[in-house]
Amino acid sequence: MTRADALPTSLNPNNAGPPLWLLAELTYRCPLQCPYCSNPLDFAQTEQELTTEQWISVLRQGREMGAAQLGFSGGEPLVRQDLPELIAEARKLGYYTNLITSGLGLTEARVVAFAEAGLDHIQVSFQASDPELNNAVAGSRKAFEQKLAMAKAVKAAGYPMVLNFVIHRHNIHQMPDIIDLCERLGADYVELATCQYYGWAFENREALMPSKAQLDQAEAEVNASRAGLQARGSAMKLIFVTPDYYEERPKACMNGWGNLFLTVAPDGTALPCHSARLLPIDFPNVKDLDLREIWYDSPGFNHYRGNEWMPEPCRSCDEKDKDFGGCRCQAYLLTGNADNADPVCSKSPHHERILAARRAADHATAGLQDLVYRNVRNSRLFFRG
Amino acid sequence: MSQIPRFRRGFRFQWEPAQDCYVLLYPEGMVKLNGSAGAILNEVDGRQDVDAIVASLQQQFPEAGDLGPDVRAFLEDAEQQHWIDLS
Ligand code: SF4
Ligand code: SF4
Repeated sequence: MTRADALPTSLNPNNAGPPLWLLAELTYRCPLQCPYCSNPLDFAQTEQELTTEQWISVLRQGREMGAAQLGFSGGEPLVRQDLPELIAEARKLGYYTNLITSGLGLTEARVVAFAEAGLDHIQVSFQASDPELNNAVAGSRKAFEQKLAMAKAVKAAGYPMVLNFVIHRHNIHQMPDIIDLCERLGADYVELATCQYYGWAFENREALMPSKAQLDQAEAEVNASRAGLQARGSAMKLIFVTPDYYEERPKACMNGWGNLFLTVAPDGTALPCHSARLLPIDFPNVKDLDLREIWYDSPGFNHYRGNEWMPEPCRSCDEKDKDFGGCRCQAYLLTGNADNADPVCSKSPHHERILAARRAADHATAGLQDLVYRNVRNSRLFFRG
Repeated sequence: MSQIPRFRRGFRFQWEPAQDCYVLLYPEGMVKLNGSAGAILNEVDGRQDVDAIVASLQQQFPEAGDLGPDVRAFLEDAEQQHWIDLS
């Protein structure tokens, strides 16, 4: 069966494949204030969240189109009271359902109830391996204790356990402690994800970005831990995502624009990735169009498919099918034009921006007190202007 | 006694019409399986042991010759990937 046969009503001008991953950002509400949050700076401006019925319709349409992985995220998805209902519907449809949570608002009873509703996996995020730093970064006094208790509850309920740590210059020295903590908690996977500089993290880049020396040390420590785990026959997997600011070629962002990933934001805006909202592109809303039209036919989703849109140096580059010119958000934030090559690329005429950020990271002195925390008050500053 | 393969907790094996293949789903990940991998894992039900799985596949693919070594090697590999437990 060819794709065109499967889509008799769709124009699908770029012959795109189906969205296999659906990310449902249920809400921008969150009790924490992480200064690297990927939510938009002006999240406080967002209108009404989709209703339960609207989300269920999104889930159905996504599954019909072929989505198999589903993430419930936010904000903090636990603030949605209809979460058990959405989980049950997702499971019934055949999704593999992932709950991506800070752990705040979780209880042992909810952990168990979600399992009964058919939730496959809960990912709990931490900010650091010790309470002081964790709570300072999260902007919440009780966060760490709660996260520990919930990680244990997730394990006790028999879920596979993924722990996520966002890594930056203030916690990158904790690698061995973080990995120890995860092993004690019985994690199956540990994501050590260095900040990606969009949204709040871009505002805070100078105060977050690790130096090359810090990064090298962390990599050596992660490799040593990996060898240790393997020698002990542990099944715990370490996934270390290094910052692309230290690369000479950009990442193949989202595996290509509108290629595998479909994000639906709290208000129903459909996006090719969770940070694309910052681009000067009109993205469709699930309240106005069905998901199939959005994915295959909308100008927003077709904007950067294929490579006709590329200017030089990407246009004549033989690596363009490998990295698609990198990340559109990064190109936009650093060059002012989202069509440009991602400046991470050493062939980009704007690569100097990246080099300057690296130099700044070598001499940065900013502490936690210099971070702009992600909260409603600070968010309002970004749209009052 | 022969071993009984089981999917590890958190791994789900299912047919995906949109991709026209079996897939293995796990936390935030998905492996597309080729025809033979899909056929083998389709026999993993927590009851059949390795010998029974080989016999069943042999019956489904009578033309294929002796499947035993390949099936065993695949299952060992799947265990190393931590997809299944062999116990
Ligand atoms: S990154 Fe932090 S502040 Fe942002 S949604 Fe997640 S837990 Fe909340
Ligand atoms: S010039 Fe463009 S396509 Fe070529 S490697 Fe750099 S970003 Fe990728």
